[in-house]
Amino acid sequence: MNDPLNKYILHLADNALILAQRNGEWCGHGPILEQDIAITNISLDLLGQARNFYQYAASLQGNDATEDSLAYLRIENEYRNGLLVEQPNIDWAQTILRQYFFSTYQYLLYEKLQAADDAQLAAIAAKALKEVSYHLRWSREWVIRLGDGTAESHRRMIQAVDALWRYTGELFIPADYENQVGVDVSLIKDAWTEQVNVVMAEAGISLPEKTYMQTGGKQGIHTEHLGYILAELQYVQRAYPNSSW
Amino acid sequence: MPVQDLEKIFQEKIDQEIKIEPRDWMPEAYRKTNIRQISQHAHSEVVGMLPEGNWISRAPSLKRKAILLAKVQDEGGHGLYLYSAAETLGMSRDEMISDLLSGKAKYSSIFNYPALTWADMGAVGWLVDGAAILNQVMLCRTSYGPYARAMVRICKEESFHQRQGFEALLVLSRGTDAQKAMCQESINRWWWPSLMMFGPKDSESTNSDQSMKWKIKRKTNDELRQQFVDMIAEQIKVLGMRLPDDQLKWNEERKHYDFGEINWDEFWNVVKGNGPCNKQRLDARKKAHDDGAWVRAAALAYAAKKINTKNEKAA
Repeated sequence: MNDPLNKYILHLADNALILAQRNGEWCGHGPILEQDIAITNISLDLLGQARNFYQYAASLQGNDATEDSLAYLRIENEYRNGLLVEQPNIDWAQTILRQYFFSTYQYLLYEKLQAADDAQLAAIAAKALKEVSYHLRWSREWVIRLGDGTAESHRRMIQAVDALWRYTGELFIPADYENQVGVDVSLIKDAWTEQVNVVMAEAGISLPEKTYMQTGGKQGIHTEHLGYILAELQYVQRAYPNSSW
Repeated sequence: MPVQDLEKIFQEKIDQEIKIEPRDWMPEAYRKTNIRQISQHAHSEVVGMLPEGNWISRAPSLKRKAILLAKVQDEGGHGLYLYSAAETLGMSRDEMISDLLSGKAKYSSIFNYPALTWADMGAVGWLVDGAAILNQVMLCRTSYGPYARAMVRICKEESFHQRQGFEALLVLSRGTDAQKAMCQESINRWWWPSLMMFGPKDSESTNSDQSMKWKIKRKTNDELRQQFVDMIAEQIKVLGMRLPDDQLKWNEERKHYDFGEINWDEFWNVVKGNGPCNKQRLDARKKAHDDGAWVRAAALAYAAKKINTKNEKAA
């Protein structure tokens, strides 16, 4: 359960699941029907990725582990997602920027992961990459549109940067398990920074020069938001233990 | 050509099962009835996302969460097709939405009932989508072409929705005592409102006769309701649950199930806005619309800037 590969797969799965959960909150409440459908679709893609990773982790663990026992019966400090994905939706600007930062990261990550020695991880990454390239294009277009749209959308994007930038540093600092397996995330930092700089410049949004970067999520120390996410996510499974659904 | 002749040609087309298309002449009342019905149907899909969307974050397994997300997303897609179909009759989506938000346009009353337990996701799929399908299968042959074609696509997805709802209940019905109780309790709450989805009795329905003549509708409210009762009364046996109606009984002579009287006071009360969730549903739609206003404005402003830049380059 505590070997690096297991932790690493759960880290990948948790990132996808928690962002799927956040994006799913928009379903039925989006700013316009087409975009309501788009964000729900992204949620569904991420959930599919999470399931692939959890199923793989469960098969390695044995002992009756399932995708659901991993998603529904682990507590806050066993979750290894980054802090970025658990941040609240707040408004369309923060949702979009969170997606853009994460999709840029996820794209670079999966691009390398599809060449991993572990055939299963490579296959999941290769399949997911097609979805992620759409998420990236969609969120990038929205970042530019909002940054360069009206005074209000510009102001909200600045707020979004202020809220979320501090959670981006963690993505590129390898956790203990990432030092042993998977992609070396420190190697994708420069490409991420370069791409983000280009897009933010087109959006007319300047990024902070120096910000203290919050860390901890990948080691199980989260923001206060995760407890509420898991409370909702896990409620039925915990209220009716040992049931099939 | 005199209007009488146009009306005659129009009715002849209907009688010969030729679809009416957007550019064809049609009586004003036919246009209005179709706009009312199609936009109401579109609003129902969009408002219908709310009770189920409410359970996405709490779905009890990852598979159920994926199914629910896909299903609610489908409903958004149905809303889009239907708004487009209604637009071919000359009313814009913005106008339709503003009629929904002002309360002028209606949506299906069923969505004014709350989704309280996980079992409701099964019951809504099985009973609510099941009732909707009977109406929608009929509408695949409705006389207005764009509406009929939209319904063909929608029906394919809806039959998946109904099956997944039934299957979700089947799992509960074979589960623990607590799950069985949850399943029965949910059926108890959704049964009567589902029967109300077919609308008033034929003897009380104001729009029926003309709609039948124009083949907008092809079966009456009571015919469809009977078809639904006959179907569900059989399917519930597989679940080992019961429908909350002591008068439900097979009638050998009619070859149909007899069933009890619907509480029509409740029906009209919900139609008039006094259902358990009328206010919450409309408030949620208004909030999404208001909160999204700046996003739509930004998208328009950005698109306008791009067009200007293009034009400047061209000049």
